[in-house]
Amino acid sequence: MVKFMLNREPKNFDGDGETPLLWVIRDFEKLTGTKFGCGIAQCGACTVHLDGVPIRSCVTPIGALEGASVTTIEGVSGEEATAVKAAWVAIDVPQCGYCQSGQIMSAIALLQSTRTPDDKDIDAAMSGNICRCATYHRIRQAIHNAATSMEG
Amino acid sequence: MTHVLTHVTRRSFLTGAGLVLGLLVAPRMRAFAAVDGAVAGGGSNLAQLNAFVKIAPDDTVTILSKHIEFGQGPFTGLATIVAEELDADWAQMRAVHSPADDKIYANLQFGIQGTGSSSSIANSYLQFRTAGATARAMLVSAAASAWGVPTDEVFVEKGRILHMGSGREAGFGQFAAMAALITPPADVKLKDPEKFVLIGQQLPKLDTVSKTDGTAIFTIDVIPDDLLVALVARPSHFGAKIKRFDDTEARKIEGVVDVKAVPQGVAVYASNTFAALKGRNAVDVEWDLSEAEIRSSDEIAAYYRTIVTQPGLQAAESGDLQRNKSGDDLLKLERELLFPFLAHAPMEPLDAVFVPSSDGILDIYTGAQFPDMDRKTAAKVIGIDPERVRLNTQIAGGSFGRKAQFGSPYMQEAAAVFAATDRTRPVKHMWTREDDIRGGWYRPLYLHRVSGSISKAGRIIDWDHSIVGQSVMGKAGLDETSVEGAAELPYEIPNLKVTAHNTKLAVPPLWWRSVGHSHTGFTVETFVDELLEMVGADPVQGRLALLKEDQRYAAVLARAAEIASWGKPPAAGRERGVALVKSFGTYVAQIAEVSRGPSGGPVVHKVWCAVDCGVAINPNVITAQMEGGIGYGLGAILFNAITLGEGGAVVQSNFNDYRSLRINEMPDIEVAIIKSAAPPKGVGEPSVPPIGPAVANAWRRLTGARVTNLPINGLITS
Repeated sequence: MVKFMLNREPKNFDGDGETPLLWVIRDFEKLTGTKFGCGIAQCGACTVHLDGVPIRSCVTPIGALEGASVTTIEGVSGEEATAVKAAWVAIDVPQCGYCQSGQIMSAIALLQSTRTPDDKDIDAAMSGNICRCATYHRIRQAIHNAATSMEG
Repeated sequence: MTHVLTHVTRRSFLTGAGLVLGLLVAPRMRAFAAVDGAVAGGGSNLAQLNAFVKIAPDDTVTILSKHIEFGQGPFTGLATIVAEELDADWAQMRAVHSPADDKIYANLQFGIQGTGSSSSIANSYLQFRTAGATARAMLVSAAASAWGVPTDEVFVEKGRILHMGSGREAGFGQFAAMAALITPPADVKLKDPEKFVLIGQQLPKLDTVSKTDGTAIFTIDVIPDDLLVALVARPSHFGAKIKRFDDTEARKIEGVVDVKAVPQGVAVYASNTFAALKGRNAVDVEWDLSEAEIRSSDEIAAYYRTIVTQPGLQAAESGDLQRNKSGDDLLKLERELLFPFLAHAPMEPLDAVFVPSSDGILDIYTGAQFPDMDRKTAAKVIGIDPERVRLNTQIAGGSFGRKAQFGSPYMQEAAAVFAATDRTRPVKHMWTREDDIRGGWYRPLYLHRVSGSISKAGRIIDWDHSIVGQSVMGKAGLDETSVEGAAELPYEIPNLKVTAHNTKLAVPPLWWRSVGHSHTGFTVETFVDELLEMVGADPVQGRLALLKEDQRYAAVLARAAEIASWGKPPAAGRERGVALVKSFGTYVAQIAEVSRGPSGGPVVHKVWCAVDCGVAINPNVITAQMEGGIGYGLGAILFNAITLGEGGAVVQSNFNDYRSLRINEMPDIEVAIIKSAAPPKGVGEPSVPPIGPAVANAWRRLTGARVTNLPINGLITS
């Protein structure tokens, strides 16, 4: 039995401790915003926050998360989350949209640690998130816009 | 207007008759936590004015998109077209997928329902304008009748129905139900394009918000109660068959429910995805390779080299290639180019969810690119009446051509997996990334040989181009998709010969974003560029001098040169390359600025892109597709090859060795859209073909190294 917090609610998981957090979130908690893309931490579609840090949930076994606090796209909140989502909508970043929960979770974590990121900061924080539609041009712009909006 | 309705009877178009399946379905009891997919056709409680337009009591207008939304923007584009003729307000517009129906929802270019060839807007433009104008006329009739005033005194503006004389005013919802009962007018007048108020505007996309807050439901997200998740252990070689398998260890895994052989491999059914993954890994399968492809990519390329100079299928021939072979004032060039197999690798691997209901209807949820073909194929495989199958197209996490397959081979596998169960429980069949990368249906491997000559004055005199590879359409004769972009050149060349050679491999072929143009555009534009360089001609001016009479080519090239400030030299250590390709009716010119990066390969700093796609329905979507197509094409030419290794097995397996472009590799992009009154054409694919040759041409001018073997970084690194 693993006890952990998911989007600020206490949860128990008593299945296979090897089960990646991704499948606990999706199959058992039915939170589907977090996506499966590769299963080997190469694409970032499964990015969630673990105690505030972005991680790849597809390679994180639930058995290692006793007492941890997990936040998904459905539960993420705060100034940075609001700014990032608004910036995404304002310039229509998504195309197919499948990777965008992961992109947004990475972008929020970036702004939480670096309030005014430059292009190199964005490259470093976001290069683990693949977008096959290649919306990168707008992702970069939206992160800059979100940072600017938090200044005001 | 007559051609718009060619494939659709007037009555079915206007009433949506034939969409009766939805009425047969009783609501199913659902536990609290289940995640449902979107049912095709939208809410049945809405007033349906025709096959494409539904209106709710709250005034919202829902358009039924016959085309799948997987990022290229048909929900927004088709809704814009309807809203324009309906005089709706953009804020009231919504979009859903239409039901699967090859007649009512046919792609008017294909004759069946389907999305592809960048044709969603092009084939729907008049049809959806007519649908909007017809719905508007019916709303006006209903309001005029209720208010007791002549119809010609009733106007519609920004989603409000108005009578000037009396000052009466109403929303669409008030009269929608009444309007739905009115006999649709036989012919409606469409707007003068000069008076468009929504078409041509930067309208926000309809699907952005749900794709930003995590609420958008894709096929993989459909999780009904009591779901079985099924994965198939698939062969390592194309054409392999099961010899024997042992499922003893798989069945010991907690959560694994069953293991069955299906024609495509061994299916493992489990109560959750992780158990299915573990179960599949535990199945021990021995494969029969007697009919499998066991040649490597290198061996296939060597075989193609024995064919490329042979007489082949004639795709184009004009003038006399022999006559000028010995001209003294001609500079000659000959090149061989090798293009690898490419996987599409959409973010969402292939998947489908089958949900049987107690009333005998089988609901299928999947990102269908040929929905009715998928529906009929599933019915046949499962052995039930197609009328009892309802296919609900879901938004899909990309496709790039992957989900458009004649004969629906993916659906054959998914349906076989469902059919092998007792058919009482919902089943989700899904592929993993490894299945996707190793599963075939690739852009074929092609070998090109091209020779030509140019006069010192910059006139191309001869052009002899031979292409060897699989026919994507499975043809014995000439497959136009193998030579599109090569057989019809924009340049004036008096002596031209283009030849194709079809080959057969056990590796299943498929179109990949931009189809034939994905390789022909590269060969044509790098070869032209090198010929021009041989005589010292400027890449832009040299092309302009060669172009035939079609001015739209010259206009996009001149515009790209203008926004790039062509003529002003780039910064030290950088070079620029040019490419110009028309595909699917859309003209695109790109200029790429490139330097040598720390790893020795090219870094693309900026791409200037000019596009003429006819009437620009939504410049926001067009710009996004130019940006995305550039990134998709760039990733492929820099990094991507699917390689059959020694013995024929696929070498690559996931995003670690089938690299995707990442944000740090994405160039800055500037897009200019040419204002045009020509009929609208597509934008999903046409920005892909030019980026490869634009980068390769810049790279050659920077380093002297020709790119004739893709991907570029496959040669430079490792």
